[in-house]
Amino acid sequence: MGYQFTKAEANALFQQWKERYDVYAPMLMKGEGCFSDTDIVRYGQPDTLEDIEWAKKSDYSFKEVLLSINQTLFYFTEDKTIVPNPPKKEILIFLRACDMHALTRLDDVYLKNGFEDIYYRQVREMTHFVLMGCTQSCETGFCVSMGTNKADTYDGYVKLDGETVLMDLPMAELAEGAKAEELAVTPDYVTENFEKVTLPKNLTNECFTDDIWKEFGSRCIACGRCNFACPTCTCYTMQDIFYNDNPKNGERRRVWASCQVDGYTVIAGGYDCRKNQSDRMRFKVLHKISDHEKRFGHTMCVGCGRCEAICPEYISYITLINRLAEKEG
Amino acid sequence: MAMDINTKKIKRNAFRVSKKRGYGACRIRVPGGYLDSKVLGMVQEIADKYSATGKIHLTTRQGFEIEDIRLTDIPEITRAIQPIIEAVGINQKDPYTGYTESGTRNISACIGNNVCPFANYNTSALARKIDKAIFPNDLHFKVACTGCSNDCAKVRMHDFGIIGMTMPQYDPTRCISCEACVKGCKSLSVGALSINNYKIVRDTEKCIGCGVCVTKCPTRAWTRSQKKYYKLTIMGRTGKKNPRLGQDWLVWADEENIIKIICNTYRFVEQYISPNAPARKEHIGYIIDRVGFEEYKKWALEGVELMPETIMKKCIYWNGIHFTDKSAWTD
Ligand code: SF4
Ligand code: SF4
Repeated sequence: MGYQFTKAEANALFQQWKERYDVYAPMLMKGEGCFSDTDIVRYGQPDTLEDIEWAKKSDYSFKEVLLSINQTLFYFTEDKTIVPNPPKKEILIFLRACDMHALTRLDDVYLKNGFEDIYYRQVREMTHFVLMGCTQSCETGFCVSMGTNKADTYDGYVKLDGETVLMDLPMAELAEGAKAEELAVTPDYVTENFEKVTLPKNLTNECFTDDIWKEFGSRCIACGRCNFACPTCTCYTMQDIFYNDNPKNGERRRVWASCQVDGYTVIAGGYDCRKNQSDRMRFKVLHKISDHEKRFGHTMCVGCGRCEAICPEYISYITLINRLAEKEG
Repeated sequence: MAMDINTKKIKRNAFRVSKKRGYGACRIRVPGGYLDSKVLGMVQEIADKYSATGKIHLTTRQGFEIEDIRLTDIPEITRAIQPIIEAVGINQKDPYTGYTESGTRNISACIGNNVCPFANYNTSALARKIDKAIFPNDLHFKVACTGCSNDCAKVRMHDFGIIGMTMPQYDPTRCISCEACVKGCKSLSVGALSINNYKIVRDTEKCIGCGVCVTKCPTRAWTRSQKKYYKLTIMGRTGKKNPRLGQDWLVWADEENIIKIICNTYRFVEQYISPNAPARKEHIGYIIDRVGFEEYKKWALEGVELMPETIMKKCIYWNGIHFTDKSAWTD
């Protein structure tokens, strides 16, 4: 059911949502960019609809709401372990079409990959999604090439349009108490991007020895930004913390990991199976455009273009993939 | 041809009397070295019209020196450079009077955070702000602004050097223990970071607020403080007697108090400058050497209320090279 509200009415409804849910949305964090007097767009908890960053794509994705950067799995004392309680409040996440598709990739890994991850499932079941439309393409996204430019599995859709706010609220709870003009609202989506990507179709293990990995990998500084910004990278590493003032107590955490950063493939005994950046680059790219697809039927990459936009060394993931496709002819 | 020129007056007006009789140079000051490209065209126009050789020197203090102008053209040139003065935003008592009072030198700056990834503030904006506060003034002051502790502007060679700092803010919930900050601080800066229980510990005594950790962090666990901080180094100088590097006086200081201190120092110099100083030019440092740092502090800190986090060095010792002490030259 579609609605048209004034801004004030929409914000009143938004306040109602905030009472019921922990609301997360992309927000412009002033001065929190990498460099002095630069900003960053990442997920935070907005007070009003205007606090949400509607124009720019978020530099870091929504995934940190479902998969905390640091997540305590359990606390331990000498003879007990305690699993922390799941969140008390339900969660509402504002996100774009590409990210709605990324959500299915997170589900693949944490719910459909042989066993369910209880921590993920707990949060996932409590979370609802509000789609933000795209009236024009972002600079680096290639959602059209990846078929992720449209999403229809949302619980709500919100569009700020000057002084009016349009909503589509298929989830009844979101529409509760909404008094406004009813009309048909369909989400905005783009049909063309600045970037077009052609995926290589016939990748085999032969490509492992291709020089292209060295060409791009040798420029990589192993910072991991591409992974951390990616909405579909889901790797964690484990950390056991023994509290300083009482090392008999502590906690086990899982913490985001990156296949580009040193240490990712170090195994017991110290052997590191992907030591150089070329191998790491190959692993990442093939995982994104081929390996995940073999198991789940769709690529892991959703074409949001965040890795392209964030790489400090201007290593273009888009160029790399298109080059792989060109080689196939 | 008879040529009657008041050299004291034209020098005060930022003109130079050159080696070649009848000729001089016209100095154009650009605070912070920051200008619209159109100013270059204006400078060229003046040089084409008035310079006998069409040569310009890019000065070490980020100005232009249009060489080989005829001293007799100075009144005309003074009027002709007015659009440049307006374009670079120089303080002037009256228009069409050129750069009145040029003893205080152009405030120079590194490129700053308009461009440089390391810089912690907009150096040219601060240079302009200080320019407005202290010009026109004929006392011999040198002030420079630099974006970070790399000190590309070499501010430690100045009476007042302003070095940008940031108070790094750490959000452990965003930290993934990649240690990019630890490695960055160690290799590029002072090694103030260590890791404990997978989280970062910043040694606040060691940290110089360069912000390397912030630029290295891949997850925005490290961010810059909203407030901008500065280090104030004082009484560095070049020269023929005792060149030396400026020493840290204030650390984690703010812009307003630094400007106040510079303005106060003008009053201090007015009070204590040697009556024998040639053309009333004496490096402030020598005056402080003579009257003592404690006395200087009294004057400089008048009306200054430092923020609680600002650290003020109680006493400063400068050394440098003493050319007057020849015993240091023999072994
Ligand atoms: S963001 Fe760029 S430099 Fe950093 S790990 Fe990824 S590819 Fe390498
Ligand atoms: S600001 Fe500079 S010195 Fe301080 S911790 Fe960060 S990198 Fe190290």
